Amino acid sequence: MSTTEREQRAYIAGVAADARINVELETEGMTLNIGPQHPATHGTLRIVVRLDGEQVLEAEPVMGYMHRGYEKLTEVRSFPQVTTLINRIDWLGSFANEVPFILAAEQLMEIEAPPRAQWIRTILFELSRLANISLFLGDLGVQLGAITPVFFAFRDREHVLNLIESVTGGRFHPNFDRIGGLKDDLPRGFIDETRAVMVKMRQFCDEIETLLFGNEIFEARTRGIGVIPPEVALSFGLSGANLRASGVDWDLRRDSPSPLVWNELDWKVWTHPDGDCFARCWVRLQETREATYMVEQLLDGLPSGPIMAKVPRIVKVPAGEAWVSTENPLGEMGYYVISTGDTGPFRVKIRSASFNNISVLPWVLKGVYVADVITIISSLYFILGDVDR
Amino acid sequence: MSSADPTGPDADTEAALPEPDVDRDALVLALRDELGAAVLESVVRPGVDAWVRVDPAAWVQAGEACRDRLGLRYFCFLSAIDWMPSPFGRSEGDGVAVSAGGPSSAGEPAADQRVAGGGTRFQLLARLVSPTTHLGLTLKADLPDEDLRVDSWTEVFAGADWHERETWEMFGIDFTGHPHLVHIYLPGEFEGYPLRKDFPLVARMVKPWPGIVDVEAMPGEASGDETVDAAEPT
Repeated sequence: MSTTEREQRAYIAGVAADARINVELETEGMTLNIGPQHPATHGTLRIVVRLDGEQVLEAEPVMGYMHRGYEKLTEVRSFPQVTTLINRIDWLGSFANEVPFILAAEQLMEIEAPPRAQWIRTILFELSRLANISLFLGDLGVQLGAITPVFFAFRDREHVLNLIESVTGGRFHPNFDRIGGLKDDLPRGFIDETRAVMVKMRQFCDEIETLLFGNEIFEARTRGIGVIPPEVALSFGLSGANLRASGVDWDLRRDSPSPLVWNELDWKVWTHPDGDCFARCWVRLQETREATYMVEQLLDGLPSGPIMAKVPRIVKVPAGEAWVSTENPLGEMGYYVISTGDTGPFRVKIRSASFNNISVLPWVLKGVYVADVITIISSLYFILGDVDR
Repeated sequence: MSSADPTGPDADTEAALPEPDVDRDALVLALRDELGAAVLESVVRPGVDAWVRVDPAAWVQAGEACRDRLGLRYFCFLSAIDWMPSPFGRSEGDGVAVSAGGPSSAGEPAADQRVAGGGTRFQLLARLVSPTTHLGLTLKADLPDEDLRVDSWTEVFAGADWHERETWEMFGIDFTGHPHLVHIYLPGEFEGYPLRKDFPLVARMVKPWPGIVDVEAMPGEASGDETVDAAEPT
């Protein structure tokens, strides 16, 4: 589609949305409860929508069903113990949750993990992204009534989970990152196995692309639906693919200095100008494919050497405050860590991507049709563990 | 933090560190120009981050200045810190200090330790980032105990809505002008503010943490502070 055509479509969608809100239908309002158990919500999220006919007048997300109080719990844990907790925030990309916290602790302790550890961290980080977003790509079809893609997603995601398991011993909760390095080195045969899986994952991306993205019904259900302009996205603090789908060219992997080695790779940040559901899905598809190329480059350049820096057996983090965030599968995940020189943190503020990402729901759902509500919710892609913490 | 770390009020202008961070210094100076005396303290850690502590009365003004003048249009998060040391300690057992042999004051925040200073128990904490330069600022504001109130940012950043609800329910800080200040995670009838340090973690009161055994000194080690060789398998 050309740019002018895209602008035209966006304009028509905008006018149509305005007209839908402005028209006064003589119907009685109705309150519809979506959730807490709904397949579009990874976890339990309830959305109370007030309807006028088929249109949403007001939407109020209700969360807290999975609130586990991690910020309070970190205050009675030691630094190494915290990783066990934060593994469970975004449970589809667990390893990626550990990294910013460990980096914050390392920043305060002024130690740095050896190069090999940083490369392996980056590999596992990108594998988490594959495990996470591949499920989104499969799930996407189910929300719109296409059943097949989800089976493909679960089939191929299994290979990635096997890789993560072979390194860390855990499929969902690796708990593998340590202050100063990693728990273990890579197992024998990992590199060849990973190369094979990356080829499979690219085939999976191609399959999804032909199955869904070229599909007329899919386009009709997603194009021009749930448009979020860049300024709105920024003021709500949307991050990750949701922000890039609104045309903001910002990826923390490229744009913020990090000890992890993304800057040594040759890769591209994908953006889309439309800001609609289609754009969000499309950006994620491209990112999945890009991640497979990144992993291959990481395997090529993997340096040898130790995987652990010299760290005292009892970790005491010097007093101070540090903020570190990384580009996780769901968006910007960061920790504001305050240490008072003890074995555990004094306070940890967990900034999770999904909390900000779904705070836009009341804004974006206003005026849409009921049938589009689920499309919009699933295209924003959040994990309730990441919302409620 | 090392001793070279700047903590003084004029640390950003001092040549305390070899490489000054020109871009972050410029951000802080621009905010000083906008707000004048409302900027109470600022710290720039070159290449890492910048902190600014503002007068709570100028909280909204600071948000607007950051968004419109400094280009920090991305709202990252808003929260608070309770600086009171927990009366329950770290709840790691019956008075057994894990950091045996360490200084007894470990775990209690010293008055001069806060980045960008401040002296009240509750401190607001917010972070804004520029989507073009990718530089960010961490804003802080001291709230006096007797008046835990601040103007809401909901008009400045739409995303502040939920963050302020969370901060209100976890710390009991009132956001004046917030359109819908109700519980976000906790049930509506919940009493108390869980993230305050004097709110007990009941689960820990009932059953002490068994993880304390994990940090016992290894056999043959005099003290736990020895450095483990990287090559040694653990």
